[in-house]
Amino acid sequence: MRQRIRVDPIACKAHGVCAELFPERIRLDDWGYPIVDPRGVTPDLMKLARLAVAECPRTALHLADVDDPAARPKPEDPPDDLALVSPPPGGA
Amino acid sequence: MTLHSRLLPPMPVAEDYRAHVAGFGPLPGGGPALIAELDRAGLTGHGGAGFPAAVKWRAVAARSKPGSRAVVVGDGAETEPASFKDRTLLALRPHLVLDGLQLAARTVDADRAVLYLSRANDSLGRTVAAALAERRGADTVPVEVATAPPRYVAGEETALVSRLSGRPARPRTVPPRPYDDGVDGRPTLVNNVETLAHSALIARRGAAWFRAAGTPEAPGTVLVSVSGAVGVAGVYEVGYDATVGGIVELAGGALGTPSAVLIGGYFGRWCAAGRAWPVTIEPRSLRRIGLSLGAGVIAVLPAGRCGVAESDRVLAFLARESAGQCGPCHVGLPALAATFHAVAQGDERPAALDRLARWVLEIRGRGACRHPDGATLFAASALEVFADELRRHLRLGPCAASSAAPLMPTPVLAPGWR
Repeated sequence: MRQRIRVDPIACKAHGVCAELFPERIRLDDWGYPIVDPRGVTPDLMKLARLAVAECPRTALHLADVDDPAARPKPEDPPDDLALVSPPPGGA
Repeated sequence: MTLHSRLLPPMPVAEDYRAHVAGFGPLPGGGPALIAELDRAGLTGHGGAGFPAAVKWRAVAARSKPGSRAVVVGDGAETEPASFKDRTLLALRPHLVLDGLQLAARTVDADRAVLYLSRANDSLGRTVAAALAERRGADTVPVEVATAPPRYVAGEETALVSRLSGRPARPRTVPPRPYDDGVDGRPTLVNNVETLAHSALIARRGAAWFRAAGTPEAPGTVLVSVSGAVGVAGVYEVGYDATVGGIVELAGGALGTPSAVLIGGYFGRWCAAGRAWPVTIEPRSLRRIGLSLGAGVIAVLPAGRCGVAESDRVLAFLARESAGQCGPCHVGLPALAATFHAVAQGDERPAALDRLARWVLEIRGRGACRHPDGATLFAASALEVFADELRRHLRLGPCAASSAAPLMPTPVLAPGWR
C-alpha cells in the first residue's frame, strides 16, 4: 500500500524537524509549518519518512495509506467541497 | 423568474402549531421509507456542502444501536454574516424545521434531538422555545435547544459536536466524522435547519412533488440570502433553475450598475457581475465558472463601491475568526489579511501581490477544518476580480470609494469559545 505523510495540523507547532530530516517531501511555509508534497512516499524514501515521523517533537507527523481519507490530498479547487458547515460523511 | 413558497409563507407571518398542522397536515411516521424518499427526491444539504441527505441519514441509522443510540442535531447557528436564511426560516416556520428534526430522530433511531442556535440571537431562541412548548405533546423524541458561542467556525459540524459533548466549540480533525463518532461518541446526524424543513415537506408530499421545482440534476428549491446593493435585501426561495441576475431582480434589482457579486458568503468567491448574471445557481453551472452557492448567499457590489476595501474587511474578519488551532490558519490568515490591507492602503510593493497569490495556494487544505480553505478561496477571488483596483491602490493608495460605509457586515464577535 502506497503511503504518504500526514500532518496533524492541530498538534504541529512548527518545530521544523520534519523538513530538515525529509526535504524530499516536506518543505516549510513562510511561518515554519510543513507543506507536504502530495506525491506519496516511494519505497526508497520510506526510511527517511519513518525517521521524520519518529523525530517530530509533537508527534504530529504520521504515515497513512494513500486510500485513507484523512491522508488524501485535498482537491485543489472544488468550490462546493469547501463548506464549513456540513462536511460530507466519508469525505469527497 | 418564479418566487417559490414551499418553505417560507407568502406573507412574513409566523404560524402557530395548530395553523401549521392545519396547513401542512399531520406529521408522517418517518422510518426507512423516508430515507428512500429523500434519495428519490435528490435532497442535498443546505448548510453549504451540498451532500446528499439520504446518504447521511442512512449512515447514522446504520450505526445507532442500544447503548449508543444516535443523536440528531438541527444546525441553525448560521454564523456566516452574509446569511440570514436560517433565522428567517426558524422565525417564520419553526414547526417545519422541528417536524424535520422529529422525523430525522425517528428515522435514525435517535433518543436525543438538539436544535443548535447562535447565542447571539435571543429573540430567535424565544420563538423556538415557544414553538417547542406548543408541540410538546406531539413530539416523540424530546428536543433540547443548545446555543453556540457567536464565533464563525462554531457552526461547523465537528465544532458543534465538540460543543454538545461539553468541550469548546472548535473544529477537530476528521475522521472520525460525526456520523461515526459524534456527540459523546454516539453516531450523530447533523443537518442544516433548511435541509430538515425540506425533509418534512418531502415526507408529506413525496419526491415527485419535490422534483417539480428546480432541475433534474438539482431538484427542489433553495433559500437565498440576497444583500448588498439591491432594492429589497432579504431571503428569496427559488428553484435551482434561477439565474443570479434573476434572483437579484426578485430582490428589487441592483441599485446602480453592479460591478461584482459575492456568491456563497465569506467562504465563497467574488465574480464579475456580467459573468455571474446569466448563470443558473445549479451547482454544476456555478462550478463551471468556479463558484458555489455555499449556504445560499448572493451579495451585490455596485460600481462606485470599492471591492478591495470590502474584501480587506472580510479577510480581517476571517483571520480574527480562526479557531487558533492550526498554524497555517492561525498564523497564515492574519499575515494574508495584513498584507492585503497594506496593499489596499498603498503601503506595499507590487511583489506583495505575488506573495498573496502564493499564500492562498500554500495555506489551502492545511487546517483541521476548512476555514483556511474558504478564506483563501475568498482571497484568491478578490485578487482575481479586483486585480486592476489592487494595482491602482498599490500605486495611488486607497481610492475615494474606500471610505464609503461598509456593504458587507464584518462584526467583531465576542471572544471565547464557551
